[in-house]
Amino acid sequence: MLSFILRRLGTMALTMLCLTMVVFFLINLDPNLKKLAISQTEMHTSAEQLESWLVNHGYRQNFFSRYAQWLGIVPKQPVTDPATGKPARRFAFCNDPVEPTFSGVLQGDFGCSTKFKTTVASKLFPALGATGILMFWVLVVMVPISLLIGILAGMREGSRTDRTLSVASIASTATPEYVSGVIFTVIFASWLGLLNGSAASASRGITFYNFTLPVMTLAIYGIGYIARMTRASMVEVMTQQYIRTARLKGLAFGSVVVKHALRNALIAPFTVIMLQFPWLLTGVVIVEVMFRYQGFGYTLVEAAGNNDIDLLLGCSLVSVFIVLITQLISDVGYAFLNPRIRVQ
Amino acid sequence: MQLEYIGAFDVVLGVLARFWPVWISLVLVMGASFAYKKRLGLYGQLFDSSVGIVGVGICLFWLFTAIFASTVSPFNPLVQIPIMKDALPGAVEPQSGLVYLFGGDKLARDVFSRMVYGSQIVLIIAPAATGFALMVGITLGLPAGYYGGRIDTVLSFLANLVLAFPVILLFYLLVTPGIMETPIPYAMAGLFFLFPIIFFSVLFWTRYKKRPDRLYILLGLTLIVGGWVYAGLVFDADPFRIIHIDPNQLNIFVAVVFASSPGVFRIVRGLVMDIKTRDYVAAAQTRGESPWYIMLWEILPNARGPLIVDACLRIGYTTILLGTLGYFGLGLAPESPDWGTAIKDASRLLRSFIHPALPPTIALMSFVLGLNLLADSLREQSMKD
Repeated sequence: MLSFILRRLGTMALTMLCLTMVVFFLINLDPNLKKLAISQTEMHTSAEQLESWLVNHGYRQNFFSRYAQWLGIVPKQPVTDPATGKPARRFAFCNDPVEPTFSGVLQGDFGCSTKFKTTVASKLFPALGATGILMFWVLVVMVPISLLIGILAGMREGSRTDRTLSVASIASTATPEYVSGVIFTVIFASWLGLLNGSAASASRGITFYNFTLPVMTLAIYGIGYIARMTRASMVEVMTQQYIRTARLKGLAFGSVVVKHALRNALIAPFTVIMLQFPWLLTGVVIVEVMFRYQGFGYTLVEAAGNNDIDLLLGCSLVSVFIVLITQLISDVGYAFLNPRIRVQ
Repeated sequence: MQLEYIGAFDVVLGVLARFWPVWISLVLVMGASFAYKKRLGLYGQLFDSSVGIVGVGICLFWLFTAIFASTVSPFNPLVQIPIMKDALPGAVEPQSGLVYLFGGDKLARDVFSRMVYGSQIVLIIAPAATGFALMVGITLGLPAGYYGGRIDTVLSFLANLVLAFPVILLFYLLVTPGIMETPIPYAMAGLFFLFPIIFFSVLFWTRYKKRPDRLYILLGLTLIVGGWVYAGLVFDADPFRIIHIDPNQLNIFVAVVFASSPGVFRIVRGLVMDIKTRDYVAAAQTRGESPWYIMLWEILPNARGPLIVDACLRIGYTTILLGTLGYFGLGLAPESPDWGTAIKDASRLLRSFIHPALPPTIALMSFVLGLNLLADSLREQSMKD
């Protein structure tokens, strides 16, 4: 088991290395650098000035050496100030070292955000905290509801409850966040006036009034999917011999479901819930933009829209990490929950 | 100037009437399918359950809407008639006397016509991108599952690499105006569009290599048609000027294929690993058939059930992805009538006007719902066998 986890961690590290390299390459494509230079300098700068801005801020160094510097396995070189000829900080607003030091992601330095004029860490981690709160409430709403729907539907396959709930969950998987968000806002904010169509005030304090719509919107797409998986798992369990035995020895149907079926039927949904995180990440971006909630997704869109290289790299690192770690947890947890599967 | 309005009931009637070519074709096709359902195989079996009928109905409805878009929609989706800015549903356009059935948007375009034309974009890109993703996934998944070993390790690692990317980040990196100046989208298109040609060439070669008369016709046909489409799509150099794709649409297309082919790869690989242990595969191996013959003519036909179901779900998923792209304003032109862009434009103004937001959202939702219902009923039917 331990060697399995170690091997998985090794693959994970390799995957992250490859992915960050790809992201680093794509972000640093020439057109993107030009756009960054244009947005960071005054209006109407000539092509030479743009080029010299890029050189002065160290964007024209060799690709691999820059990647290694960002990673922290090669000392980060300060740039030379063209006026004085002395080593200087890359950006005045975040304390880059003036002498060569190992200062990359491995040392915990995520770099400089050119859009927000601050360090990436001071922007990214509060945003992650805000998204964490959103995720927490989404899971609190999504998991119990979807498991309940799945169990009720799978309990008696083919019954009227099953058909109704199945069609409902298919309908919810056909509703991406930008559709449900619009529909919910129209119903609850515009017509009924019960809820707030914007969660901008939620960063100062979460209330039922401003936070319900984002949570609902984000949860609805996942509910259908998890419910369908739970239903399939429940249907399979209900055809097993031990369920029949329990029924034949005279146990009530409800007690069979709760005591015998439930524990076995909930193993598969656990994996599904864990693998749902990567999709939630996309959903988070849509919902945070739609409801103007200042979290991780909002930061990602701002970073991508403004070619904020270091911030976007930080965002991708975080999201890739989340995807990989949830995959690992789901594999390990599955082996842990299901004694029939034992990894060599 | 005051606009004239027609009542809510007239709006409903007007919408139903505008769709007249769609209703006629729908009745014809559904009626014919229902009458001959016994002879139509898997497609005919769909008409045994109400879920299947609803699914087929919704999908065909949007298919015919896309085909007859120019007849159904009363206005040009891009033309702005200033007086109709933010007009409410049912407003009469004074010059032509035609009605803005679902009102006008903030740029004074007809919401109904835009919704109808939006279906064209979705129904061209989504199935085509899914088709290419299937080709890529199958061509790579078959050897990975059949041979296993190192080739499987490498391909699976690559697939997991792509799957570990959050979709939205992938799009923000791959679908930008800047990337169009680099050769990356064209290189990727050149790579992906090669797969169908390889697939069909190998398919015919393994089957007919002992029968040159047929082989040469089929191979020649594959290479000519494939090369023609390839030249048109990748290099925009179709000699007959029939096949043409805008650079930004090519970019979207490539990104969507890239994002969804690893999923197909995983499914195909799993199916092949399961099927290759069957007796008929062992029999073919004993006969001395080549590995690619076994993969393409013994294993693939027996994996078609789950693949068809997956393809249906995947078209729906691709539709959602296209909507996401439109919602973030990536790739598609800002005035493009596709549903995602329309939702983006309308959702900014929800506080003042809600009518431009509802038609595209409901259209997108109903189309994906139709595909999901179709997939569900296909799955149920294939389980019965």
